[in-house]
Amino acid sequence: MNKLNLDLKKIAQCRQAAEEIATTILSHIEPYTTVTIERAVCRLLGIDGVDGFDVPLPNRLVDDVLKNNTLEMGISRHIAGALKDTKLSLEAFLAQYATDQISIIHHSLPSAEETRAILEPYYRQSFAKIRKNKQERERYLHMYVTPKTQLYVICATGNIHEDIIQAKAAAEQGADIIAVIRSTGQSLLDYVPYGETTEGFGGTYATQENFRLMRQALDQKSKDLGRYIRLVNYASGLCMPEIAAMAALERLDILLNDSMYGIIFRDINMQRTFIDQHFSRMINAYAGIIINTGEDNYLTTSDAVSEAHTVLASQFINEAFAKKAHLKPEWMGLGHAFEINPEIEDSFLIELAQAEMAREIFPDAPLKYMPPTKHISGNIFRAYMQNTMFNMVTTMTDQSIHLLGMMTEASHTPFLSDRYLAIDNAKTVQKALHSFRDEIIFQPDGLIVKRAHEVLDHAVEMLEDIKARNLFEALETGMFASTRRGRDGGKGLEGVIKKHRSYINVISDILEEELR
Amino acid sequence: MKIKPYGDTLDDGKIQLSFTLPVKNDAKGHEAAKEIAKKMGLIDPNVVFSEAISEGFSFYVMYGIVAFHIESDDLVVEDIETPVLTREEIEMLIEEQIGRDVVFVGASTGTDAHTVGIDAIMNMKGFAGHYGLERYRNIKAYNLGSQISNEEFVLQAVKLKADVLLVSQTVTQKDVHLHNLVHLIELLEAEKLREHVIVIAGGARITHELAKELGYDAGFGPKKYAEDVASFAIQELIHRKKSR
Repeated sequence: MNKLNLDLKKIAQCRQAAEEIATTILSHIEPYTTVTIERAVCRLLGIDGVDGFDVPLPNRLVDDVLKNNTLEMGISRHIAGALKDTKLSLEAFLAQYATDQISIIHHSLPSAEETRAILEPYYRQSFAKIRKNKQERERYLHMYVTPKTQLYVICATGNIHEDIIQAKAAAEQGADIIAVIRSTGQSLLDYVPYGETTEGFGGTYATQENFRLMRQALDQKSKDLGRYIRLVNYASGLCMPEIAAMAALERLDILLNDSMYGIIFRDINMQRTFIDQHFSRMINAYAGIIINTGEDNYLTTSDAVSEAHTVLASQFINEAFAKKAHLKPEWMGLGHAFEINPEIEDSFLIELAQAEMAREIFPDAPLKYMPPTKHISGNIFRAYMQNTMFNMVTTMTDQSIHLLGMMTEASHTPFLSDRYLAIDNAKTVQKALHSFRDEIIFQPDGLIVKRAHEVLDHAVEMLEDIKARNLFEALETGMFASTRRGRDGGKGLEGVIKKHRSYINVISDILEEELR
Repeated sequence: MKIKPYGDTLDDGKIQLSFTLPVKNDAKGHEAAKEIAKKMGLIDPNVVFSEAISEGFSFYVMYGIVAFHIESDDLVVEDIETPVLTREEIEMLIEEQIGRDVVFVGASTGTDAHTVGIDAIMNMKGFAGHYGLERYRNIKAYNLGSQISNEEFVLQAVKLKADVLLVSQTVTQKDVHLHNLVHLIELLEAEKLREHVIVIAGGARITHELAKELGYDAGFGPKKYAEDVASFAIQELIHRKKSR
């Protein structure tokens, strides 16, 4: 499909530049691990639970080793050593460790082969569970038809049980994808809370138990409705790898997982983020979890008309990083958004150009299209109209993952009826414009085609510029969302650890082995 | 003046409402919706639309008549009284009456991750054609971004020698914004800084009245731009300077 007559050479040039940008970054971060990667290793060895002070055991283990200045060897070797010296099973060791009867440090550090041999029974179990989850999802997808455009809504009550009520209601109304938005601020916690939670602010804590509860409820609903309802959470912030591990274990289907979002919008250190995103994406690739990237955020901060090319450039970069983590195009839910001020003349055409361009450049990607938020006021009636225009662009350009706009955006978290009205709006538009895409071609020298060409041209320039300087510097000079970030600034740098030459990570070794 | 809602005739008192009930959409559901409207004091409540929106939930659109008038002359509204000036007028005022650059430090504080509000006021480009504070030639605007703790905010304010603090709060679920806003004032008071700075709150659900109640100098809600905020802040600064 090339309705916009885009220059294929320029697209290839963008891909090539993005590939080189990602390669440079990965070679920079290769010598490092992070505390959350080591904790994700713990989780994939089956370590879960908290101690008497509610500290998650993965955090305790990793912190103890960090304090001992030996995390550079990897948590894998420490755990293997502890099991070897104490002759305990992992379960028995943890029971004693959690009650302070035994330490994780001062044990021998076994060789690579020995470490793998000791830990294999544990990680094999987790990997088997993840593979089983993947097969289970495939079974559902084989059984039920996936619509071309899937309707995505958000629950955010703070209470997982209330979220379940709302999620089931939304599924009955026609939602295909349910996201449980996280409690505000969770992205900056350097641990993942434990157990089911009933209190949160602006959202519900992402915990493995909350994942399990919601998945169970949605599986039941999927069977009732004869449609597979996908579940989403957020692998962003300071615990990307751990959230990915938990999501893989509990069969989440989609994770928000951007390569740069944390850096730009949460002021998380860039080295930390690049290291964490790579590991988390390898888990996603293994588990068959679709990632969603956060380009929509650029447009809430910067101008959607003048900065459109930054969205496209970022999509290419996210694609390049995803490829490096062995994600297939079908799992790359690259993001963009309908955020142009509707007061601008032809705003609808400019939106259409951008959405069609993304569709044509990333034909196999399940593009994630985000609704208007920036130019939504408390006028719910006008918001409903803006959302209708958004729904039209989605249907006209075959967007895949369609996050529905809420008429009460900017006022409060959605009411049950807001979701119902949003789904009704989207479904009515889908029906009314069902064959529209097959019927239209664009004026070859018209506004829409010209706009798409212009955005692509700017994206080429931007990517070439980043390639020449490298991505660290691009972020330092504020090339995305006009936000400047220091290479050694932001949160979480203290959790970046240089690996020793005899560092071992049994999980990344097996991921690399199996994904390749 | 006595007023009531206007549908299509003066004093007809017509209002519309919509809501969800956790019951099936049937005759009983309808009756329940009407009963709720009656208890709200509406005359002739009328369900014009209802639909089952899922198992056990139904949605209603209703009209009804408000039975009473209110006396608008009796209403007291706490509002910002200083006039709103243009950017050029503000710049001139700073030059003539203050004679140095004025420092604004802003952030979306606490756990709030939203920057739309603070960006609209502070960033060069501003919002909807209203330039932000960064564009003002004698205003130094420092936008610290989102998820800034109150402690960090106060620290930066001291370091940057702030004249004016701008606090943006978007997430309002379970009144998390109120706790956070109050906490900042407490912190400023504890550090004996409160009277040395003008403190302004902003956000979609913030009103001037609410902000005053919480101990702020002013509050700005939707449809307020950089010039609204700067006009108040600069005139208040001048006023304080004179009364000192």
